[in-house]
Amino acid sequence: MFEHTGKLCVAIAAGMTVTTLACGADFAQIERGRYLTIAADCAACHTAPDQNRPFAGGRAIETPFGNVLAPNITPDRETGIGSWSDAQFDAAVRQGRMPDGKRLYPAMPFVYYTHMSRSDVSAIRAYLSTIEPVHHAVVPDQLPFPFSIRASMRVWDALYFNAGEYQPDPAQSAEWNRGAYLVQGPGHCAACHTPKNVLGGDKTSQSFHGYSIQGWFGPDITDDAHRGLANWSLADTVDYLKKGHNRFAAASGPMAEEVTDSSSKMSTEDLEAIATYLKGQPAHTSKNQAIAAGEPMMVAGAAIYGDLCSACHKGDGTGVSYLIPNLAASSSVASREPTSILRVVLRGAPSVATNEEPTGPAMPGFGRDLTDAEVAAVATYVRNSWGHAASAVTPGDVSRARQSLAAAAGR
Amino acid sequence: MTRKLPPKDVVIIGLGWTGSILANELTDEGLDVVAIERGPWRNTASDFPPNHAQDELRYHIRHELFLQPAQTTFTFRNKMDQSALPIRNWGAFMPPNGVGGGGVHWNAETWRFLPSDFVLRTHLTQRYGAHFLPPDTTIQDWGVSYQELEPHYDRFEYLCGTSGTAGNVNGQIQEGGNPFEGPRARAYPNPAQQQPFGPTLFAKGARELGYKPFPQPSGNMSQAYVNPLNVRLGPCTYCGFCEWFGCANYSKASPQTTILPVLVRKSNFMVRDQCEVTRINTDASGKRATGVTFVDASGQEWEQPAELVILSAYTIFNVQLLMLSGIGAPYDPVANKGVIGRNFTHQTISDVESFFDKSKFIFNPFIASGAIGMCIDEFNGDNFDHGPHGFIGGGYMGQVQSNGRPIGTMPLPPDTPRWGAKWKQATRDNYLSALKPGTGVHGSMYSYRDVYLDLDPTYRDRFSRPLMRITMDFHENELKQNAFLTDRFAEIFHAMGADQVVKKYRKGPYDITDYQTTHLCGGAVMGADPRTSAINRYLQSWDVSNLFVMGASAFPQNAGYNPTGTVAALAYWSAAAIRTHYLKNPGPLVHV
Amino acid sequence: MTNFRRRDLLTGTALVLVGGTVARASVVSGQLPWAPDSSSADAVQAGQWLFFTPPEAAMVEAMADRIIPPDPQTPGGKDAGCAVFIDRQLAGPYGRAEGLYNRPPFVKGIKQQGPQSALTPAQVYRTALRALDHFCRSQQGGKSWVELSSERQDEVLHGLDSGAIELEGADGKVFFKGLLTDVQEGFFADPLYGGNRDMCAWKMIGFPGAHYDYRDWVMRHNERYPHPPVSIAGRPDWNPKKS
Repeated sequence: MFEHTGKLCVAIAAGMTVTTLACGADFAQIERGRYLTIAADCAACHTAPDQNRPFAGGRAIETPFGNVLAPNITPDRETGIGSWSDAQFDAAVRQGRMPDGKRLYPAMPFVYYTHMSRSDVSAIRAYLSTIEPVHHAVVPDQLPFPFSIRASMRVWDALYFNAGEYQPDPAQSAEWNRGAYLVQGPGHCAACHTPKNVLGGDKTSQSFHGYSIQGWFGPDITDDAHRGLANWSLADTVDYLKKGHNRFAAASGPMAEEVTDSSSKMSTEDLEAIATYLKGQPAHTSKNQAIAAGEPMMVAGAAIYGDLCSACHKGDGTGVSYLIPNLAASSSVASREPTSILRVVLRGAPSVATNEEPTGPAMPGFGRDLTDAEVAAVATYVRNSWGHAASAVTPGDVSRARQSLAAAAGR
Repeated sequence: MTRKLPPKDVVIIGLGWTGSILANELTDEGLDVVAIERGPWRNTASDFPPNHAQDELRYHIRHELFLQPAQTTFTFRNKMDQSALPIRNWGAFMPPNGVGGGGVHWNAETWRFLPSDFVLRTHLTQRYGAHFLPPDTTIQDWGVSYQELEPHYDRFEYLCGTSGTAGNVNGQIQEGGNPFEGPRARAYPNPAQQQPFGPTLFAKGARELGYKPFPQPSGNMSQAYVNPLNVRLGPCTYCGFCEWFGCANYSKASPQTTILPVLVRKSNFMVRDQCEVTRINTDASGKRATGVTFVDASGQEWEQPAELVILSAYTIFNVQLLMLSGIGAPYDPVANKGVIGRNFTHQTISDVESFFDKSKFIFNPFIASGAIGMCIDEFNGDNFDHGPHGFIGGGYMGQVQSNGRPIGTMPLPPDTPRWGAKWKQATRDNYLSALKPGTGVHGSMYSYRDVYLDLDPTYRDRFSRPLMRITMDFHENELKQNAFLTDRFAEIFHAMGADQVVKKYRKGPYDITDYQTTHLCGGAVMGADPRTSAINRYLQSWDVSNLFVMGASAFPQNAGYNPTGTVAALAYWSAAAIRTHYLKNPGPLVHV
Repeated sequence: MTNFRRRDLLTGTALVLVGGTVARASVVSGQLPWAPDSSSADAVQAGQWLFFTPPEAAMVEAMADRIIPPDPQTPGGKDAGCAVFIDRQLAGPYGRAEGLYNRPPFVKGIKQQGPQSALTPAQVYRTALRALDHFCRSQQGGKSWVELSSERQDEVLHGLDSGAIELEGADGKVFFKGLLTDVQEGFFADPLYGGNRDMCAWKMIGFPGAHYDYRDWVMRHNERYPHPPVSIAGRPDWNPKKS
C-alpha cells in the first residue's frame, strides 16, 4: 500500500494544502499512526455502522445527556479535518478544543487521550491523512438544553479535566508503564470501567471499579478477588483481549466490538503490558456474606439454574473453557450492579468471533420465557453461589431492565 | 422478469453438510463462492436454544425444522402399474430444509462403509457367483475404493469430533472397537460416549452370545472439543432431544457447530437463504453449466452466473434438478436405459421391543444422545457367509435407543388395547422398563431395476414444476435379510433377561407413512461407466464437466450403515480432485 | 458512550414455522446472524374455547375421558386438558393443515400411499362430531353422546375404530384415528400446549420433561431418577416460596 513515499505525498497533496502535513511523513510514522488509531479505537465512534467510509463520521454517540454526533475526521477539506493544522488536531485530541476555540464534549474521550504523547498523536494525524477523503457533512450535535451550551464545558473541564501527558512511574517496570500509558491513554478503558459522578466525570479514587453504561456494566477490572480479575493470569487477560475468549469469559456487547476493532489487532507485547498494569490495580473489597442457600429466592434460583442453565454452564457453574463462560470464576456476575447479568439473561448475547476463536457462541435470551420473579431468582442465585456474594436482584430490577432494554432497542 | 447477478466463481446449491464442506474448501482455494439455500438460516441460540429445544410436539410431531410438503413434496407408488399419489404429510423420511440441512437435526451416527461395499458387485460375484444375486438387481461398483476414501473419512471424523472406539487401526484389530471395520489410520478424535443402562446390558447379552459389541460412532461430543478449523464444541449432556431437533448446547456436530463460523468470516463467501434454485442453466451445447436460476422469497426470479456449479441439495432434490434442467439421460426402467433416477434406494429397518420386569430393571430411556448405543456388526455387509441363507446384504444392529420422549415412546406389550384403562396402566407400567431401539436393525437396501425416480405426470409444485415420483417397494432379498437379522437381534434381548421380546419384522409393501430413516440414496449414482452412472468417481457429471453432484444421490446402492460419514468423505474426496486437478485444467477428470 | 447496537444485524432472517409465512430472503456474509429474542412458543391459556363450540367441547372432553380414563393416581384425559390441547391445535396451523401438500386431485390410494383426503383436521372434527351427535340421538334412544354411559361410549368408540359403526356424512374411522392420536399427544406433550396439566402424564410414567443435562446420571445404571419433571414453562419450584 505505501511502497513509495513519493506516491503517498502526491496522494496527500491532492487533498489538502502543503502546510497541513509535512511531506516528510514517512512510512514508519504512518504505520505507527495506524496502529495507534486501532489502539485508540477511533473507528468505534468515527466510522458509521454498515458504511464503507472509514472515519467519515455521522455516528450518534449516546451519552447520558443526549446524542452527540461524531465528526468526519477524513482529510476532506470542507467537511473533514483536511484543513486543520497538526497543532489544531493535537489540541482537539489532547485538550478537547476545536480550531475555532469551542470545546469538545467528553463524548470525545480527550480526558484520556490527553495522556498520550504529542508524537503519538502526530502519528495518528499522519495516518488519518492517508485515509480516503469523504465529503460528508455531519449535522451538529443534538444535546438538549442546557447541555447544548458548549461554554459550560469550560466549567466541566476545570473540574474534571487534568490535561497532561502520562508520566512514567520510575518505581514500576517498563512493561507496567507501557500498560499504564495504553490503558490511561489510547485505550481509554476508564471511559467504561471507572464510575462517574453525576456530571460524567471520573471518580478517580475508584479507578476501574466498574461503571454501568447503556444496558451493560463495564466490570471491575482491578485485581480484586471478589469483584475483579484476581483469578485471571496475565495470559488469560491477553487471550481475552486478543481472541475475545479465555478460560473463563467471552467478550460480548461493547467488548466484542472493542476486541474486533482494537485489541485483537494489537501486539502481544502491548496486551501483556495492559495485563500487567491492570494486575497492578489494587484489590479494594473484602469478602461479603453470600445470601444463604436456603433463602426462598436462592432455592427458586437453584431450581431454575439446574433446569435451564446447567446444560451449558454446568451444575457447578464452570461452563466449558473457551466456549461457555465460567460463572463460578467470573466476578463480573457478582458485580456491584446487576446490569450485565440482567441484560444477558433477558436478551441474550452473541460473543465475539476472532480468527483464533471463530466459534462465536451465543447466549440465548430468556426474557420471553421467564417472569420477572424467575429472572430475579436465578440472577440472585448466580450472584451468590460458588464463592460469590452480591446484592440480590428484585423483580422490580428486572422489570426496569426490561423497560430500558426495550427503549434502547426502539431507538 | 429474471434479474441477472454479477458472476461468481462457484455457486453451491444447498448449504447442508456437503455444501458447507465444498464452500470451505473452495473458498480456501481463493474462489468467490455463493451458496444458495432454499430454507432459512439456522442458529443455535436463536433457533433451538435450551429455552424450547426440548419440545417433542413442535419438532418431532409438527416437523418444524423440516421442509414443509406445501413447499415441495414427492409422489409415491409401490409398483410401476400403479398411479402415484402425493406425499401430503411426511412419513417414511423427513427431508431437510434450511442452512445446515440434515446436519442440524441428524442423530450424528457417523459410520464408514465397509471396503467390500464399494466393490459390491465384483465382491459378491466372486464369492457367491452371479446366479446368487437377486434377479433384477442393479447393484454396481462405485468406481472409488475404501482405501482412497480413508483419509477423507478421517477428515470428516476429525472435523466433527466423532466419539468412538477404533476397531481396526492400520490392520491391527483393537479391543472394544468394531472388528469388521475397514482399516483406519488412527483413532477417533474423541473417546466413545458413556453408555446408559440399556446399551450396556445389550453389550453384555451380545458378548454372551459370542458377538463383539462396540460403541456406535457418534457425532455427539463425549467431551469438549476444538476441531482443526479452531471451532469449539461442548460436551453432550445426553438430553434425549437429539434427532429431529437442533442441539442447544453446541455438542452435536453440524455445519453450524463445525464449519459455518469460519466460513461466514471469509470475504469471498456469501449465502442467500430463503432462495430456491429452480434450474441449473447450461449453454447451447448442453455440455457446460453457466450458472443457476433461483427464486427468492418474494417470488422474484434471479440468475446467478458461475464458472463451477456444486449441486448439494440432498439426494432427491439433486435428481429433481438434474431432470428439470435436462442434464443427463432420464432413466427408463422398461428400456433399461438412462441414468438420472436410476438405482434409488432407502434403508431396511426393523425393531425389536422388549419388556422387562419393572421391579428389577429401570432403563431411564430419556437419558440418551442421538448416536448413543452399543452395536454389533457381525451381520453387516458380507461380514458373514450368506451362502446358507439365500440373500445378500445386512446391517448393524444395536440398542441404539436415542430418546424416551413420551409421545413416541409408548411401549406396549402385544395385545394391549390402544386406548382405555388398560392402555393407561400398560403405559405407566412399561415406560421405564421396556426397550425400543427404533432403528435397531439397520439393514442395507440394494438397488433394483423397478425402484427409481422420475417426474410425476399429474402433480405439481408451487412453481408448477412436476413433482418427483418415487416408485419403490421392497424386494424379497431385503425382506429375507431383515427377517434373519431381526431374529438374531431378538436373541440378544432374550439373553439380556427380557420377559417378553416382540419382533417387528420389516414387511412389504413399502409404506410411505412409516418412518424408516431419511437415508434416501441413489438416483444420480457414481461409477466408472457413463451408461450406468450419472457422475464419475470424482462426483463430476459425465454430461456437464463444470457440475459436481454431492450427497447420497451418488450411492449406487445403500449399505447397512447411516450414510453421512460416506457422504462427507466423498465430498472431501471430490473437493480434493477439484482443487488439485480440475481448477488447474477445467474439463472432464475421467475419460472413457 | 458509544452506540453498541451496531452489531444487532441481519435484516429479515426468518423462521418458517408451521403455518408461518416466509419472510424476505436475506444475505449472510461476514459474520453469523443474531436475533436477540428466542422463538419460544406462547403457553396456552386455559379459558375460552377457540375452536370448539361448548357442546363440541363437552363431547371431546368425554371422549378424552374414555381414551384416558381417570384413576386415583392420574387424571383422565379431560382433567389433563386433552380437549383444551385439541381445541388450540385445531384453531391453529395444524387444524388448517397448513404446511401440508393440499393440491388436487385428491384420489384415494392404497394404505401405503398415506392420507389423501382434502379435509383438514378441523373439518374432520366438525363434521364427525356433528354426525356422531346425530348418530347418538337417532340410534341411542335419543341420548346425546355425553348422556351415554361410559360403557356405551366405549362401545361406540370401538365401533368407530373398527368401522362397524358408520357415520352419515363423515368417516368415523378416520375421525377416531385422528382423535386417538390427538388425545394421546395432548396427554404427553409439554403442558405449554394445554394438555398434560401439571405434568400429570409425565409424572405417571417417570419422564423428567424438558430437563437437558443428565451427565451425572448416565452411568447410574438401574437407578430411579428422583427429580420432579420440568416443563418448558418451568415448574412450581421456580417461584420463590413466601417465607
